[in-house]
Amino acid sequence: MRDVAIIATAQTKHVRAATALNEVEMIQPVIQDVIERSGVDRHGFDFTCSGSSDYLAGQPFSFVMTLDAVAAWPPISESHVEMDGAWALYEAWVKIQTGHADTALVYSYGKSSPGDLPRVLSRMLDPYYEAPLWLTSIDVGALQARAMIDAGLTSEAAMADIAHRSRTAAGVNNPHAQLTSSAEPSALLAEEYLADPLRRHDCAPVTDGGVAVVLAAGDRARELCDRPAWIRGIDHRADGHHLNFRDLTTSPSTTLAASRAGVADRPVEIAELHACFTHQEPILRTALGLGDDVEVNPSGGPLAANPMMAAGLLRLVEVADRIHTGEVSRGVAHATGGHALQHNLVAVLEGEG
Amino acid sequence: MSEPAPIDLPPGLWSQPAVDTSAVAELADVEAVQMVRNPARLDYDYTPGIATTRFLRAIKEKRLVGERCGETGKVYIPPRGVSPVSGLPTTEQVELGLDGTMVSYCVVNLDFTGNAQEIPYVSALILVDGSDIPIYGLVREIPYQDVRVGLRLKSVWVEPEEMTTSLENIRWWAPNGEADLPASELTDHV
Repeated sequence: MRDVAIIATAQTKHVRAATALNEVEMIQPVIQDVIERSGVDRHGFDFTCSGSSDYLAGQPFSFVMTLDAVAAWPPISESHVEMDGAWALYEAWVKIQTGHADTALVYSYGKSSPGDLPRVLSRMLDPYYEAPLWLTSIDVGALQARAMIDAGLTSEAAMADIAHRSRTAAGVNNPHAQLTSSAEPSALLAEEYLADPLRRHDCAPVTDGGVAVVLAAGDRARELCDRPAWIRGIDHRADGHHLNFRDLTTSPSTTLAASRAGVADRPVEIAELHACFTHQEPILRTALGLGDDVEVNPSGGPLAANPMMAAGLLRLVEVADRIHTGEVSRGVAHATGGHALQHNLVAVLEGEG
Repeated sequence: MSEPAPIDLPPGLWSQPAVDTSAVAELADVEAVQMVRNPARLDYDYTPGIATTRFLRAIKEKRLVGERCGETGKVYIPPRGVSPVSGLPTTEQVELGLDGTMVSYCVVNLDFTGNAQEIPYVSALILVDGSDIPIYGLVREIPYQDVRVGLRLKSVWVEPEEMTTSLENIRWWAPNGEADLPASELTDHV
């Protein structure tokens, strides 16, 4: 296997609605920023890969228009996934493993504000049995949260604590976050339900934003970056699509991906988890085998900023940033796609020395 | 090796083979579901962005405004705010002409539009004077067999009271009477 590292990152200030900007105007400054930070020539990337979804902005082939920001004419080697950017990074990592690239530019973005996001996400359900019910992402999250509470694996009080901890951490650590403060858990629990047993604080916000990453292999990474964040393991696995095929209180695909990525090989200092609901954090902690000493979502995680299609790649970025600064030496990043943690990617990032 | 038996398909473009329910006794006399219809509708508030908003505001005043790439000098219309060649924000608004040149066309003989257009009609790529990338438009007021690359065109607009912030302000394009532009001047666009 080739050594591949995240050598530069950039992200937007995440907001509820970037109303003045179209998608390319929103993501171009981030791409320009990451390119300048990386030290790679603007036209010098061996591969470019992006993640986004037409369903968010409601525009067919919206990703093609966004390619303007990577100077895609004359033609470049380029690909796109209709998935979170973590999977665009995975594709770029595979491309580098094949030897066809030494550097790659990866970016993803989501403008959820033009539509009604929980209803838009209902279109991910199977088209015959579940989608006609118009279960929103919040409804599905509530089913999962209820299963967790009934199984004694979490409680509304524990969920409020997670919301409070995450948004408070964002206020301290994350200048890019959308939500950076929280009422006390006791006050959160006095709020009305959004979808029983979920209250507003249990749900990730609707966010417009984006993120970009530069990957480089081996000596090229060492030459471009003082302390590269090496991808020591990366794997993604999926559980069944139908909700009734699954035990919603567990995430077997996360456990398998974590095993293949080598999470347990050495101690983990921090974990950035793509948990869009408070109750998903204990599912993922268990699935990843994280001890109580592991700091989870120091950035605030998706509960503090949730740009669709970017929030998973952001997890890798938040770990990589802390490796770049020398703050930590080994961290785990998790990204998810689909409803109720259906498809999961796990990456282990390490610094040298 | 014998050829597999041909599958008996019911008529229709998207027909499927009959469902085999022989393994489930309870389904013996049940009529198979051939189709489900699940209407779905999602509403969006479209955000044109800063550069395209400038373009749309201008078109309401019967002006075509492109934006220039500071690195290559190319002018894009409708502008999206970023140059696809440099990857950098466009830096300057450029007032374009209201005439253009046909750089490619298609004589359409299929009714895509639900009778909105009488067929055959001509759909063309038109390079607006002063710009570097063509836009789509209808071409009329000329027999379809006479259209050609290089044909000079004028834009035909809706009545002033019908003007909105939309490219549909241009009803169609029609010959402006000028001599054709030689193909050698259009090599970047054909």
